[in-house]
Amino acid sequence: MTVATMTDWNRTRIQQGRLARLFDNKAFLIFMCLLPAMGLLTVFLTYPLGLGIWLSFTDTKIGRTGKWIGFENFEYLLEDPQFWTAVFYSVFYTAVATFGKFALGLWLALLLNRHLPLKNLLRAIILLPWIVPTVLSALAFWWIYDPQFSIISYFATDVLGVREKPFDFLSTTWPARWSLIAANIWRGIPFVAISLLAGLQTISPSLYEAALLDGSTAWQRFRYITFPLLLPILAIVMTFSIIFTFTDFQLVYAITRGGPINSTHLMATLAFQRGIAGGELGEGAAIAVAMIPFLVFATLFSYFALARRKWQQGEAND
Amino acid sequence: MTDAASTAPTAASSTAPAEDMVWESRGRRMVTIYLPLICFVIILLFPFYWMGITAFKPNAELYDYKTYNPFLIGSPTLDHIYKLLFQTSYPKWLMTTMGVAVCSTFLSLLSSVLAAYAIQRLRFRGSQYVGLGIYLAYLVPPSILFIPLATTVYQLGLFDTPLALILTYPTFLVPFCTWLLIGYFKSIPYELEECALIDGATRLQILRRITLPLAVPGLISAGIFSFTLSWNEFIYSLAFIQSSEKKTVPVAILTELVSGDVYQWGSLMAGSLLGSLPVAIFYSFFVDYYVSSLTGAVKE
Repeated sequence: MTVATMTDWNRTRIQQGRLARLFDNKAFLIFMCLLPAMGLLTVFLTYPLGLGIWLSFTDTKIGRTGKWIGFENFEYLLEDPQFWTAVFYSVFYTAVATFGKFALGLWLALLLNRHLPLKNLLRAIILLPWIVPTVLSALAFWWIYDPQFSIISYFATDVLGVREKPFDFLSTTWPARWSLIAANIWRGIPFVAISLLAGLQTISPSLYEAALLDGSTAWQRFRYITFPLLLPILAIVMTFSIIFTFTDFQLVYAITRGGPINSTHLMATLAFQRGIAGGELGEGAAIAVAMIPFLVFATLFSYFALARRKWQQGEAND
Repeated sequence: MTDAASTAPTAASSTAPAEDMVWESRGRRMVTIYLPLICFVIILLFPFYWMGITAFKPNAELYDYKTYNPFLIGSPTLDHIYKLLFQTSYPKWLMTTMGVAVCSTFLSLLSSVLAAYAIQRLRFRGSQYVGLGIYLAYLVPPSILFIPLATTVYQLGLFDTPLALILTYPTFLVPFCTWLLIGYFKSIPYELEECALIDGATRLQILRRITLPLAVPGLISAGIFSFTLSWNEFIYSLAFIQSSEKKTVPVAILTELVSGDVYQWGSLMAGSLLGSLPVAIFYSFFVDYYVSSLTGAVKE
């Protein structure tokens, strides 16, 4: 009896096989587990990032390998007014759109944090602009901004009667710039509102109770309780928002393609126009590389300026 | 009516945020909460309403605001959708998009489950730095990668094939999924795995039989989120795909349907509506998972 069980035991041990034992080796297992993710990210992210920096120092064109030309691409861009317009508009677009998104998103989050009927349904509806493909909602905006059949113009001229002529959304520089910013804010509000709502829900109600007993006003409660406790999550959401607004491509490409007269080019769309559509890969890569310092600066700024508060308050968790 | 109003606040006061305990009149609450909220909802939903209504309007109504009220449809028509489905390669674009989204989601889920497990559970020296590296990879936006990536894709001989998209989408999906799953694995008690180890389970058995079943909500969140992101992706698909029939829906609508000087707004909006529907339907089934993955990724 005992012998039989002994042999059984041995047999099952052997059946595990060399492969199974190899997978039980921790070092090998770690290697195998990290291989797919690391492989994909190295080949399609790290390598292209390096390649992009290299390309920006060459005169590569589509179908022709380039030669090293040093800083020539950047020197050319420094004297290119179109590049500077794109830099200016990228910064302006990011600053105004981020401000708008966070002001309106925070307001919406505060409204949603109240006790409301149908709260879950509301939350689901509000996230919709963020779920739908950007290009497709951008097309809807393009149609809303139509010079002749814009519904906003119709509303202003025929329903309210406050204007004589239809609005001219996209055919002159500044109106086109503001129209794009409005579309970007529209798309960004849900993300900000829902993320900040999650942050608001972690704030303990007892803090508000204590403040109420001390006779605080609504503004004081927001200023001294809500805002400081929201800062860590605000910093992270803002970092993401700034990065993805600054490098935005879809909205501009879908609505104006950089026009009128190249005045609404963001750096990303300009890089696409020069690099892929125009075939000047080297120059396009140089424009893309020129975005990196802005991104690093924005990340560091929003991270350190805002998240710094976290350790000042001495909060270990979260 | 008055009964309901007076009992509701007392019942809610234990769970509601403290601000609700301040006495507020009905009218004041109306102006400060419901009115702005209604404005927000109207503005956020209007483009979709406009998209939908345009898709079903006959051309005669579409360009004549004087005789027809533009906010309503006089005689709904399926012309635009019919034209889209039978006179363009729209069904083909839908299939391509679906295929690419499903494959890249599957690929990124697989690799991020393994990576997250290795980082969170097989703790090794430097695992934090690997986690940090993956987080940083999430901060690299596609807009600065697409030019060199186009050359890479060309060198690998993948240019103008769906495989180019399936392999490049994980660059932004894997960091996100890994980060989300690390958070989920963290919430599973380590003692469960220790028990299994003592019972003689191998590491892979533990992953398959214990960790993964417990992490199913996290997997669903990561999966639907990746699917949505790949469905919505634009810039890579614009740069790497050239032939008209291999394009994905967002790119194809913009490059194939927008042609000439007269835009066919009816079919453009019908195309946008149909292209948004799959994710919208998907979304309506999994709203809570979306919210949890969105906020989970931010909180970590």
